[in-house]
Amino acid sequence: MELFADLLLIAVGAALINNFVLSYFVGICPFLGVSRKIDTALGMGLAVTFVITVAGFLSWTLTEFVLRPGAPLASAVWRMLGGEGGADLSVLSYIAYIFVIAASVQFVEMYVKKFFPPLYKSFGVFLPLITTNCAILFACLLIMKEVVGGNWGLAESLTLPIFGGLGFTLAIVLMAGIRVELDLADVPKPLRGAPIAMLTAAILALAFLGFTGMGASLKQALTPAAAEPPAAVAAVEVQR
Amino acid sequence: MAVAEVELPAAVDEGPTAAERFLAGILPENPVFRQLLGMCPTLAVTAAMKPALTMVAATAFVLISANVLVSLIRGLLKPHLRILVFTLTIATFVTIADRLLAAFLYPMSVALGPYVPLIIVNCIIIARCEVCGSKQGPGRAFADAVGNSLGFLLALGSVATVREILGMGTWFGLPVLPEMIPRWVVMVMPPGAFLALGLLLGLANWLEARRARRALRVEG
Repeated sequence: MELFADLLLIAVGAALINNFVLSYFVGICPFLGVSRKIDTALGMGLAVTFVITVAGFLSWTLTEFVLRPGAPLASAVWRMLGGEGGADLSVLSYIAYIFVIAASVQFVEMYVKKFFPPLYKSFGVFLPLITTNCAILFACLLIMKEVVGGNWGLAESLTLPIFGGLGFTLAIVLMAGIRVELDLADVPKPLRGAPIAMLTAAILALAFLGFTGMGASLKQALTPAAAEPPAAVAAVEVQR
Repeated sequence: MAVAEVELPAAVDEGPTAAERFLAGILPENPVFRQLLGMCPTLAVTAAMKPALTMVAATAFVLISANVLVSLIRGLLKPHLRILVFTLTIATFVTIADRLLAAFLYPMSVALGPYVPLIIVNCIIIARCEVCGSKQGPGRAFADAVGNSLGFLLALGSVATVREILGMGTWFGLPVLPEMIPRWVVMVMPPGAFLALGLLLGLANWLEARRARRALRVEG
């Protein structure tokens, strides 16, 4: 129950409250570039969700076993080489994540090309560009922070990318729906193209801001014990 | 030095000169306003001037180092592995910048959070390595990187100025608006970022169109 509540909080947080695009501003390039038609937007969103999940899983594995301070695999190698204590490879983490992401994008590209050729054509240049999609590196970095801090296991590390990806899909599909209508509107000339898309995103972000209060109330509803925190915890909360 | 041996003869230094590259990066080909690159940091860290300028400094360090290094090894690049080499070069310099920030500006490093490592996927840097670094000599690559860094500074500075003054009534933490003017708190929140950047992009388009019209009138 405890785990389920945690996972639900992470899921709602990643998909709605702190939406990747509208609150963290990661993944803006495809959000503006591939949001002209609803079905392309949906395909892009699902591709990103898939890549982000694969990359999230790989980054958890890497962080847990190789990169975090005192990780078992790295430490074993380190001791074999005659070192003492645990190894800390966290300085290599950015380079390792970029490698992992590039590899998973390559994998998805081959898969889509083989099984969904029309989708592959409609993606065009944006599929390889998923490599430089900040949303994916961002998810890896969030996972790394929590895993190194010792807070998250595999379940949490998979929930975040899956629902973060679904939140991205939601945002990009909503945006595409609005932009289809926007094509019929008479937009002032200097604002055409990217500027009006930004202004639309601003209104969308304003709407998503409405989810902010949801996190705290959901937490209260899910964990009745947390509603009345012990005196010591309450004191710490006040000090903050 | 090994690097000097692979240096190609001076004949490859065709194309725009250093001065042209430098000036183009600031306004005519401004990376954010004209090319729509590097949107992520432009929106994410511009709630106030201080984090925005720290971000510009970190990005400029990575951009200049990566562009010059790519330019020095351009004779060794294989076409199909080029992007991978760029990315790894950039990731290395970003790690250095990240460690430096954490060592000397710890509060700023905490405030910027994941956006410092996200410099790796900043399209401006890859675009400059691809367009200039992998084709021209280190001197021009350096000028190009400095010009684009200044353009990036211009973009982040203008967005952060609008957002901080309207949102908190301060600039660099110094009060500039009188107390009686209400603060638009939404400007320092995510929607304000989209709003400010959207309107500034529109302004940039309008200025460019006006300049083009005037140039046409002078010629005609």
